[in-house]
Amino acid sequence: MIEFISQPWSWWVSGTVISAIMFLLLFFGKSFGFSSNLRTICAMSGAGSISKFFDFNWKTQVWNLVFLAGAIIGGFISKEFLSTGEAVQISEATIRDLQALGFSKPVSVQPDELFSLEAMFTMKGFSMLAIGGFLVGLGSRYAGGCTSGHAISGISDLQVPSMIAVVGFFSGGLIMTWLIYPLIF
Amino acid sequence: MKFIKFLLVGVLFGIVMAKSEAFSWYRIQEMFRFQAFHMYGIIGTAVVLGVIGVAIIKKFQIRDVEGNPILFHPKEKSVVRYLIGGTLFGLGWALSGACPGPMVVSIGYGYLSLAVVFLFATVGTLFYGLIKDHLPH
Repeated sequence: MIEFISQPWSWWVSGTVISAIMFLLLFFGKSFGFSSNLRTICAMSGAGSISKFFDFNWKTQVWNLVFLAGAIIGGFISKEFLSTGEAVQISEATIRDLQALGFSKPVSVQPDELFSLEAMFTMKGFSMLAIGGFLVGLGSRYAGGCTSGHAISGISDLQVPSMIAVVGFFSGGLIMTWLIYPLIF
Repeated sequence: MKFIKFLLVGVLFGIVMAKSEAFSWYRIQEMFRFQAFHMYGIIGTAVVLGVIGVAIIKKFQIRDVEGNPILFHPKEKSVVRYLIGGTLFGLGWALSGACPGPMVVSIGYGYLSLAVVFLFATVGTLFYGLIKDHLPH
């Protein structure tokens, strides 16, 4: 059983489990939207005194922070108990494209060139982590949601705003990948 | 104890993100280069099942554990905020290879540098709160 789980999971298993997570949260009287946690963390930290946007009863959102804590634990369990330690199984074409940008062939699930502690303590490395994170936090709140809130929950409810947001997600992703990556790597 | 169920669902989320490699920067690059079906399959399966399930909930007016009707709130109508906000999000998504959920899964997996990404995502949200009245919505 553990050996079976330890293999990389196929897309249809993953997609099915993700929709099950969305329905479990609905059944618990909540909704699936991860980036709300960022707003809650700002509110908990007292940002309500500088912006009304953070002046709300964040205690109603504690369940989502607990979900976040669970996600961290899930990552830990996967690494410690459910992993074979193999490199990510991406396509040869992607490996070639990334090698042309200076990334070596994958040996784990994240590239050391971006996420190793050595890279983090370089000016360029730190800047990329910081700017990437900043844009995700700014963009998700401006758009009113992230991949879970819009691409999964919103589109499951056939909401037009979520479809527009996903068009935006992809526009930004394609611009970064095809136009900006060649300039920064 | 009433929070334990959210912790368990969160653990399941973390495991599925890690085990399907959806939290990997490499997978996000592969997706934006259209070089594999994997990420499209994950999101596509979740959405197809989601559309069917939400339709069933509405049709049969299914209630949650506390007996309240499960309601879906239409998001406010706009184009500009979703398009600009979404594009900013996408730029960051492709750069860091992670949306907010997978960021914390990566931290749990041992990639501590993702904590910097998450911290700055919080700063980005704070910045939005400060300037939102000056942005077109």
